[in-house]
Amino acid sequence: MSTWSQLSFQDSASPLMEELIMFHDHAMLVLTLVTTLVGYIILTMFSNKFIDRFLLEGHLIEVIWTVIPAFLLIFIALPSLHLLYLLDEYDNPSLTIKSMGHQWYWSYEYSDFLDIEFDSYMIPSKDLEDNQFRLIEVDNRMIVPMNTYVRILVSSTDVIHSWTVPALSVKADAIPGRLNQLTFLVNRPGLFFGQCSEICGANHSFMPIVVESISMNSFLNWINNFE
Amino acid sequence: MSEVQQLSTAPFDPRFPNQNQTRHCYSSYVDYHRCIRKKGEDYPACEYFRKAYRSLCPNSWIEKWNDQMEAGTFPGKI
Ligand SMILES: [Cu+2]
Repeated sequence: MSTWSQLSFQDSASPLMEELIMFHDHAMLVLTLVTTLVGYIILTMFSNKFIDRFLLEGHLIEVIWTVIPAFLLIFIALPSLHLLYLLDEYDNPSLTIKSMGHQWYWSYEYSDFLDIEFDSYMIPSKDLEDNQFRLIEVDNRMIVPMNTYVRILVSSTDVIHSWTVPALSVKADAIPGRLNQLTFLVNRPGLFFGQCSEICGANHSFMPIVVESISMNSFLNWINNFE
Repeated sequence: MSEVQQLSTAPFDPRFPNQNQTRHCYSSYVDYHRCIRKKGEDYPACEYFRKAYRSLCPNSWIEKWNDQMEAGTFPGKI
């Protein structure tokens, strides 16, 4: 989850988020190099005493400052496209969860086996335990087994909402009458937080999403013992 | 009630490779009802479609469509 004065991404919990962070760091590195080089050239240009005898003619420098940026762009574009297609790819999922947005809470349906359906409301600040976080904790978490491909179908019953968990690199709008598919694989146990990301009315800020990742055995135990 | 030992869900369907899975749900529902109309409720192969539409369609949609099926106002061709 996000913490105070956090500037970059949340810790990743899925292989794709790992890749996204790697790509971000790669792009930032290129950006830093370019900014430094150009900044250096601008500064030296302002502070030297050359006169513009060759201003209108300079084929060599024209070639250099065309070819180098072209290669830089290729070095960013290739991994970017690679990642774009990776994000679009998915294996056969093992589990489908439907996530429905409502004003103002999420509800989850697990109907692959028994019919499990429950609402997930934010815990109001006055009911918080000492070890819980304000405005982000919910009463019923969405439980998923780790190291398993999970398909989430996002939809809504009233206005547009948006379901997201940044640590798993997923976000999709919840649109009434439409099912949006997301797939992810969580590679460690834990709690992963998200918040509704489409302005949906008065309590838009108070419909958080909590994903709890547990082992497959515990997960089977949970569905078999669901009242 | 039988214990769930292993997970299984509606597999990837090459007719619906997109993020938008609305039609995947809808055609599974229609296919199931066509199947049981043709082969009867207990025909085992229809089970595939039943599982698919149960997994993919939101419960509120299924309820609404079932009501329409009963009232004879379901717009799809069964
Ligand atoms: Cu919302």
